This record gives sequence, C-alpha cells and structure tokens, in this order.
Amino acid sequence: MNQINQSGWKPGTPVAAQDGGDHPTVTGNKALMLEEALIFEIGGADTCGVDLAETQTDLPSRMGKFARKDEIGLPGLSEPETVRHYTRLSRQNYGIDLGFFPLGSCTMKHNPRLNEKVARMPGFLDVHPMQPANTVQGALGVIDELSHWLITLTGMNAVAMSPKAGAHGELCGILCIRAALEARGDARKVVLVPESAHGTNPATAAFAGYETEDIPANADGRVDLDALKARLGPDVAAVMITNPNTCGLFERDMKAISDAVHEAGGLVYCDGANFNAIMGRVRPGDLGVDAMHINLHKTFSTPHGGGGPGSGPVVLSEALAPFAPLPFVEKKSDGSLRIVEEENMEDQHASAFGRMTAFHGQMGMFTRALTYILSHGSDGLRQASGDAVLNANYVLRQLEDVLHAPYGASGPCMHEALFGDEGFADGFSTLDLAKGLIDEGFHPMTMYFPLVVHGAMLVEPTETESKDALDQFIMAMRSLAQRAKDGDEALLTAPHHAPRARLDEAQAARKPRLAWSEANGG
Amino acid sequence: MARYFTEEHEWIEVDGETATIGITDYAQEQLGDVVFVEVPQTGADLAKGAEAAVVESVKAASDVYAPISGTVLEGNAALEADPELVNTSPDDEGWFFKLTIGDHDELEGLMNAKAYKAFCDSL
Repeated sequence: MNQINQSGWKPGTPVAAQDGGDHPTVTGNKALMLEEALIFEIGGADTCGVDLAETQTDLPSRMGKFARKDEIGLPGLSEPETVRHYTRLSRQNYGIDLGFFPLGSCTMKHNPRLNEKVARMPGFLDVHPMQPANTVQGALGVIDELSHWLITLTGMNAVAMSPKAGAHGELCGILCIRAALEARGDARKVVLVPESAHGTNPATAAFAGYETEDIPANADGRVDLDALKARLGPDVAAVMITNPNTCGLFERDMKAISDAVHEAGGLVYCDGANFNAIMGRVRPGDLGVDAMHINLHKTFSTPHGGGGPGSGPVVLSEALAPFAPLPFVEKKSDGSLRIVEEENMEDQHASAFGRMTAFHGQMGMFTRALTYILSHGSDGLRQASGDAVLNANYVLRQLEDVLHAPYGASGPCMHEALFGDEGFADGFSTLDLAKGLIDEGFHPMTMYFPLVVHGAMLVEPTETESKDALDQFIMAMRSLAQRAKDGDEALLTAPHHAPRARLDEAQAARKPRLAWSEANGG
Repeated sequence: MARYFTEEHEWIEVDGETATIGITDYAQEQLGDVVFVEVPQTGADLAKGAEAAVVESVKAASDVYAPISGTVLEGNAALEADPELVNTSPDDEGWFFKLTIGDHDELEGLMNAKAYKAFCDSL
C-alpha cells in the first residue's frame, strides 16, 4: 500500500505540536480554518451592498391588507462579503470532489466534467420549457435518445421521463400499476414489501392508497420466496422489490418472484436505485419487472446531495406502458419531435393516468446522463458496474476479519458492503466509529440502515475509487474498528479535528429552530 | 396489577379492565434519543398486532403495535411536547396509550418480567 502523503503539505499545527501550547487566537480562527457567523450576523438590516437609485416612497399601494407592515429585515451585504460567506461555508463542507464519499445506497460517484461541458452548451442551457417545440428540437432529441437508451439498458417497453427523483419515480410506477389494475376492474388493496427494500417503498405504496405488508428475508439476506408465495392472492396488487437489495445482495430468485406475482394477478415494481451494480449486465425486463425507476443522479453520474437535483425516470413493461403520465416526447411521421400534453393528446394516449410535473422533467440531468451513456459506450457501462462491484467486494473482504459482516457468507456482494457493530466494546457504537472516520478525513458511510442489521454500516465505494484510495479507507476503518473493540475512550468524543464536534441531534430534531430572529438572540 | 411483556419490547400494565402500554427500557436504549411520538386517537378500535403508535428516534422510525385488542381510552399527550420521556422514564411517565381490554385471554402467552429479561439476555 502507498504511504499517505509522503512529500506534500501535511495538515496539523506544527507550532503547537512543537512547544505544546494551544495558542488561542482572539478571532477564534485558526489560520485557514475560519469561523463563520450567520449571514444575518454579518450584514445589518440598515446597510445595503448595492448602490440603488433613490425611489419615490409615497406612491399609492394596491396591496391593501397584504402590504408589509414592518421592515423585512434582510441583511445588507456587499458582493465580496456575500462571496466570502458562502466560500467559507463551502470550505467546511465535504463532497465527492474533495474525497471518498462511501455513503451506501446513495451512490456518490464522480460527476464527469464532460457531462458539465455538454450541459452548459447554450442550446441545452438557455432553453425554456414553454418555447415552441420547433425551436427546441435538439433538447427534445436528448429526451428521446436518452429514453431509447434507458429502455434498451433495462429491456423494457417504455419510459416515463418526468419524475424528479427516486421516490417520485416510485410513486409514478405505483400509480401506473394502480391505473392498470383499475382499468381491468380489479381493485386490489395490498402491496407487499420485503424487509430488504428501501424505506421509501412502503411509504410510496401507502401514499398511493395501499396497505403494506412485510415479507421476511431468509437467513442469507434475500427475499424468502416461499413466504412471498404463501402470501400472494387476489388482494395483492403488487410487490415492491429492491434489486440489488439494501443488504448489497442480488435477488437471485427475481424471475421466480415475478412469475409467482404475475400468476397471482399482481404486478412487480422494482426499486432500481441500485441499478448501477447491474447496468450493462442484467436487464430487469428479462426478470419480469413491470415498472422500475432509474436514478440518473446515481447510476448515470449526475450530481446530487446538494450538488444538483435528482431525476427518476420510470421504465415500464408492455402491460403498464399505456398508463404512463403526461407529458412525453413522441416522434412524428416526418421525424420531428413533439411533446404530447393534455391539449394535443390523441386516442392512443387516453389511458395516461395524469401528470406528475408541470414540465418534462430534469432537462439538465437528461443531458448529463446521456453524455455519460454515450461517452462510456456499452463496454464502458459494463465495466463501470463491474468495477463498482469489484471495489465493494474488495472492501468487504479486506474488513470482514475486523468488522462483523452479517452476509459475508452469502456470496459476493454487489455494489455495497454491509457491516454490523457486533464485537464493539460496551458503550461503543456505529455512531462513534463514524465520528472517528470524520477525523480520518472521510465522509462517514451510511449508518443504521438497513434496519435488519444491528448498528449497520453500509459502504458503497462506486467505480470512482482507485485501489490506493480504497486502501487508505480500509486502513482507517481497520484502525477504527480495533479502537471500537478495544474501548478506546477517545473515540467517544470524536471528531477532534472537525470545525464542530458532536452536535445535539436529538435537540435539533425535537425543537428545531428553522428561522433566524433577533428576539431569541440570533 | 400485573405487568406483561412482548417480544416486540412493549410492556402492558393491566389494572382491571384497563391496560397501559409502553416500550421497555431495552427498546428505548436500542432506539436512542426519541424525537417524535405519535399516539393513537381516543376511541380507536385496535386489533391485536395492529399498528397503534409511531416512535421516531435520531436513528430510526418504528411502529408500536397493539399487543392485545381493545379500544383506546387515552394517548399520552405529554409525549407530544416531551418525547424524551420515552428515554428518561420508559416504564412510567413515557407510557404510550391506555386500552380497555377486549379479550383477557389475549394476555395468555405474554411474558412476565423474568421471562422478558431472559428473552433480552438471549438477544
């Protein structure tokens, strides 16, 4: 393994280390580690950062009772003050551009700069959704071509492009299923959700008006096929399965599950949030899936987590395609593209279940995702999923002797490695290990999810990381696991080097203060 | 009065026709700091095993089930303002709801304190 940082700049405070003092500063700043106040505390309401022309203030108002009675109290800051405020805050943030971000199930992969370059081309960037269709044929072409590749990669029949994120896509898929069942006069009431599914799945089903029931997992962390079959019947509308599941395992019985559900008259929803593990290798359409959302912001590398919006197109089987929501892009006989909406829909669109968004979806993400697909090609996409799985298995096997790996014996994992807190000393938890990871310079992994594993730690390296980067993470994790097992007290107060240490999460959730006000002292 | 326990880590205090239900010290310890509790409406008829209440902690959200069937007499209103009572006093002030007992036979098969302790030790 490479030694970390053999000759570069090293963090730390050498002066303090040399003479043993902590050398407090009057500002609270520590050289480049800057304290930053709230924006309301920097700018005053009586100052103004812009030189505005004097305006006449005695004009008659037509606002009536809606007229503002008091000063609005917005802080006045100059442009450099504003720029510095947000730049300082951004320096205390951690993102994928700064280092390894192993947040399992969230797929924090690198956002290729080529995607950004293409998305910033004026023909894609400076368009408006209400422009006449004949002036945005290129943008519609992106939607049409991305649709084609999503359908091709998943082996499905159609795709609804408008959903804005994963859970929105789930809702779209379940509403398609409900529309299809209602169209055949079959009002089923129950949606089955295995324990290993994403937490949003039961929430989606409940929101769409269904009762949800759990299906247990078997000992190796996969859906218990016999328990599922036993529960199927004329009241089951659908089964929602996450594949690969949240234990990082591929549901090997997926085809048998789909066949059983179809035989019982139900439909199969697959949560495709983890499609990045099987992209280019498995087509969900071949496994009998009827609807699946694809997170462009995960699998297809578009930014998320504060860096950009999600995008959750839903691919649909032949049975569900007619029920897809408006709007969608359609090719006319002359090869030009049009947007099908309420005003111009025809008989063949009559069964669309409605509309989920005002416009066509996340255009900026479509451009980036299509760039990712076309720049990788079929061999590149296959390699990306293969590398993601290889990296996760490397992490799993390098750590399973020091961390409890509950499904380590269930065969190779897919894109994420799952560990539990078994063996930690009394009073030491997953949270403590995660806080220690902050000191080591990494974003913590996903914690306490999935729920089926005690003190779960879900690590997803993605194909982004090199072996050297993984080795550094593994070295840090091995050290922290050992400290948690040995009961190293210092871990209980970690992080020791972050701008803030342990925030009061309980108080923040119980009594959050969501707005600044002068009355309570800022 | 007798106190019973379930494998879902709930306790049931029986006083005549009334049962008071809460979650155990073990359960609150596993959940961590509780930040929100939703208790059932007075008058709701609950079947045994039905979802009766919701408890959210900094780590997870969990359902609390009706361990026996019955009609809700009262939900613990104090938990709305002070959900931390579940952490500080799980066995007493942090109770969730009271039921009129629908069927005393359903108490059969629940654990007593000793059996519950052995159950927790086995986990």
